[in-house]
This record gives sequence, structure tokens and C-alpha cells, in this order.
Amino acid sequence: MDYLLTEEQKMVKDLAHKIAEEKIRPAAAKYDISEEYPWDVLKVMAESDMFGLFIPEEYGGFANSVMNLCLATEEFSRACGGIAVCYAASALGTFPIVLFGTDEQKKKYLPDLAKGKKVAAFAITEPEAGSDASGIKTVAKKEGDYYILNGLKHFITNGGDAETYVVIAMTDKTKGARGASAFIVEKGAPGFGFGKKEDKFGIRASSTRELIFTDCKIPAANLLAKEGLGFIVTMRTFDMSRPGVAAQALGIAQGALELAVKYVRERVQFGKPISSFQGIQWMLADMATEIEAARGLVYSTARMVDAGVKDVAKESAMAKMYASDVAMKVTIDALQLFGGYGYMKDYPIEKYVRDAKITQIYEGTNQVQRSIIALKLIKEMAK
Amino acid sequence: MNIIVCIKQVPETTEVRINPETNTLMREGVKAIINPFDMYAIEEAVRLKERFGGKISVVTMGPPQAEQDLREAISMGADLGDLVCDRAFAGSDTWATSYTLAGAIKKLGAFDLIICGKQASDGDTAQVGPGISTHLNIPQVTYVKKVEEVTVGSMRLERMLEEGYEIIEAPLPALLTVVKEINEPRIPSLKGLMRAKSAKITTFTQKELDLDPQQIGLCGSPTQVIKIFTPAPRVGGQILKGEIGEIAKQLVELIKDEVN
Repeated sequence: MDYLLTEEQKMVKDLAHKIAEEKIRPAAAKYDISEEYPWDVLKVMAESDMFGLFIPEEYGGFANSVMNLCLATEEFSRACGGIAVCYAASALGTFPIVLFGTDEQKKKYLPDLAKGKKVAAFAITEPEAGSDASGIKTVAKKEGDYYILNGLKHFITNGGDAETYVVIAMTDKTKGARGASAFIVEKGAPGFGFGKKEDKFGIRASSTRELIFTDCKIPAANLLAKEGLGFIVTMRTFDMSRPGVAAQALGIAQGALELAVKYVRERVQFGKPISSFQGIQWMLADMATEIEAARGLVYSTARMVDAGVKDVAKESAMAKMYASDVAMKVTIDALQLFGGYGYMKDYPIEKYVRDAKITQIYEGTNQVQRSIIALKLIKEMAK
Repeated sequence: MNIIVCIKQVPETTEVRINPETNTLMREGVKAIINPFDMYAIEEAVRLKERFGGKISVVTMGPPQAEQDLREAISMGADLGDLVCDRAFAGSDTWATSYTLAGAIKKLGAFDLIICGKQASDGDTAQVGPGISTHLNIPQVTYVKKVEEVTVGSMRLERMLEEGYEIIEAPLPALLTVVKEINEPRIPSLKGLMRAKSAKITTFTQKELDLDPQQIGLCGSPTQVIKIFTPAPRVGGQILKGEIGEIAKQLVELIKDEVN
């Protein structure tokens, strides 16, 4: 299929493909087992300007667009969903600063993030605040020129390895959702520590840790936007980042399909390659078609964001929800096509199933996405 | 430090076919890439430039489509691309190629260093690098695996041997051929790719170079390819079994047969 990519987009896609095949795929199994953070691979991405794709040029970025970010994330994820999310999570942690940072904040943080010298992380989730973000207990109290943070964030992707964090904390508990604010917190801030690193089912190359704030003192200048806008910051950030998660799911699905097609052409049963059996062919046809449908949705949404369309909440939710559901179905079917071998860790396909699962869960579960879509739809119809 | 890197476009696959009439490679339909050994030459030049400044010119002799390889080298960090391209150069062997490349290099101005890959993956002769240095009358150091030290006017290099390596100090300008142990070629950057897309490539034809027409192209090539063939695979040895005395007897008989 021709995706009508521009010259620049083709260049980004081809370069990301090269990085994926030469640097990510050979390292995927190693990091899946060791759960080490893949710094060496991230360094290659950085040297190739990949971290500039989500940062404006005036702050050191390059070829900045959500479409380019999606193309890169998709290619990386074809080879390893875990390594790809280390990259994509830095985009997630960077978007709030790009969207809401003052010129001063942008100048201070974005150039290093654009060069990949530092990676970023976004922290909203807490043990009792997952889908229901209003349950956030982390508090930020203003004292003179500082805010004092107390509380615990968990399941934070890039936690511990990132240098720059955007943290959502309550500045006024009485106001509920309107009492949350967003802060930039640097690794090394007094009172900022890390808890346990999670042992995960999939995306094991990425790090997931607790962030612990104990009278953590940060300059008042690190407040993003205004007090009380924490949830606005979060929602706008997710609108930008969800196409990226969708692209990750899409890449995982595509990677699994490619492995499956290769396998069924080689695997001989009943005297011929199993690709010659109609039952197998129909599975492949469904997988490929669903992937293309997801890709259409992801690219359209990314292009909408880049074109400056204000409200993309519904489309972002659709892209994330659909692409991740497709990824789960396609990877499960791909494993089925590998038969017994697919169930063994000696073959790369089971990892795709494990990596795909999280895309239905994080950055809003697919149930939450459906609620967003339905509410928007009803609201639109009521107009 | 001004560096010239010589590269060659080669067919990607090792399973290329040979034209049975001309005994030369059939390049049609095979994807062309930069000779893998030349990637190490480009990378080393970029690393030296990053340390000492200067500029890198990449030179190749080949058909017009070899321009894409010059752009790829620029995307990795080279500055300029020079394509030596003329029908008159077709059919050049290593003598004519190195003579022609040396002629082009003379047109590029002052340089400190020429770097080549140790050999091309298609011809495997390893003669063009040394040939260029001979035509230019500058020192050559082949099979370099490490640049140890660079001082004003000289370089200290590690040269790979079959067993171990030797340390050689060479005055500059000099020509090096490098082996794959020297570095790991980088993946280009997006900025590099953008720069490469719009970079100007200079083309040199026979007209622009001061060359002896008798020494270029097919007629300037002393090498004649008579036949290209795959050597017959070696057959396995024979193991004699039995008592020592019996084996000795058998062996003597076998040797006799062989001699007769």
C-alpha cells in the first residue's frame, strides 16, 4: 500500500527501519531476558536525530511532527516493542513541556532531550489512581519559591533511567480534578527517590519503577502551565501521545505478521509448505487487512495532529484502542501459526504477544478509550 | 586534516552471475551498495575529522548511479562527493582504475590522507589502494586496524598481519587501506541524510583530467580476464585402517600409484 508519505517522512521511516534491523532486532532477545535499559540502542537513535522528531526546531529538534514520531515508533516496534517504548515514553514525558512550557522552561529542558542526552518520563499513575486519575494522592505544597512534593507514583515507564520527569500532583485537594498541577522534576532533586523496578510480562527492555517523593523540594519555576491545570496538561499530552502508542501496537503487529509469513513459507507439513493451505492463508489475509485498517487510522490521526486540528481526543482514542486490539489479535494468531514452536522462547514470536498486551492497557485502558469515544460521539450528536 | 576517501560501488549479493562471454560480472538487476570495506574507510575519515577538523572528499569511479553512494557517504559525515565517470573509463582493471583515480585526486587540491577499504568485495584484488599511492608517489600502509596517534605531518598506525600486528609510523600525506577491525561504521543521522540529498556532486570526465589515453579504460588495462571459474571442491582424504605394518604397506602402494 502507498501511504503517500512525503520525502521527509520516507527518510525518517527508512532510517528508523535501518536502526531497527541493524541495532534493535539483534538486541531484542538479550534485553528481554536481562531487563537492562538499552542505553546503547538509545544512543544510536540519539545520534541519528530520532529524539528530535518530537521537539520543535527552535529548541534543538529536527523534522518535528507526530507523523514522523509515529513512523519511527512503528519501525522500532517491528523489531522490539520494549526498546521502542523507551523511546516513545521519552516523547510522552516531553510533550507537556512542548505544549505548556514557558520559553525559559523549553530552553532549559528541550535541547538535551532533543539530542537524546537525557530521556524523559511522565508520571501520573499511582497505586490507587489508574483509570481514575482523580484518586491522586501525591501533593505539592507551595512554600516561598519552592514546591514541596510528597507521595508515590508507580508503573512509571523510564522511571529511574529518565533525567527529566513531568509529575502530576495535587496542589488543592478540595478542588478535585481542578486541584491538580503539573511539575517538572529533575532526577537528583532533594527528596526524590526511586522504588522497586517492576518485573514485567512484556516490554521488558523498558524500565518501570516507582517514584517516591519525600519532602521533595523543587523550584516554583518548575510548575508547568498554572496551578490547577494538571489534568488539562495530562489530557492534551495524551491526545498527542496516543497516536504514538497506537504506532507502537501497529509496529508490533506488523513485526509479528512478517515473522509469521516467513515461517509458514518455510514450515513443511503433509509434504508442502503450510502457506499453501487455505486455512493458513485466510488467517494471514485477515491479519494483514486489520493491520492496514489500523495503520489508516493511526496515520490519519497523526496527520490531523500535525495539521493543527484542535480536538483530536476521539480520533486519538480510536487509533490507540483499535491498533492495540489488532496487535493483540494478530500476535496471538501469529503465535498460532508457529504452532508448538511459537510457544517456545527459542522463537521470537511469543515475545510479540507479551509486548502487545500492554498497548491495550497503558495510556488509558481500551475500556477508558471506548468511554472517551462514546462520550465524544454522544456530545457531537447532541449539538 | 583534509581526507580523501575512495569508495567503490559493488553488487550487494555475493551470488552474482558471470557473463560467460566477457567473463565479467553481470550487474543488471542486482542492488548496488558501497563496498562494505569502504564503509570502514568512510567511518575512520569521519572520526578523524571529528577529532582534528578539516574536510572529507569522497571519490568514486563508476557509472552515474554511483552518485547515490557518494550521497550515502555524505550522510555519514563526509563533505564533498566526486564522481569520476566517463565511457572512456569502462573496462578498467586495477592499474587503469588506480591511475584514473590518482588523476582525479590530483585535481582535488592538497590533502593529508587518502583512506581506502582493504579490498572490494567483488574483485577482491586489494590492488587499487596501493596503486593510487604508487601513481601519486606517496607512502602506503595497508591493512590498518588502528590509528594510534596523529602528530603534525605523521601518523602512527597498527597494521594487521596474519599473526599479530606491526606498528608503523608514516609521514603525511599517505594512503591507508583499512580492515574491518578498525571501527564500527555509524548509521547516518537524519540531518546527514537531508544534507546529502542536496549536496553538490562534482563529476570528472576524461576531459577534465590530465590522463594518458593509453592508460585508461579497457585498452589501458594490462589485465585480461581469460576465464572465471569455480575451483572444483577438494575431495576428502583417505583414512587407512588396520595394523601398523599393513597400513605402511598400503601407504607405500598408494604413493607409488600417485607417482606413476
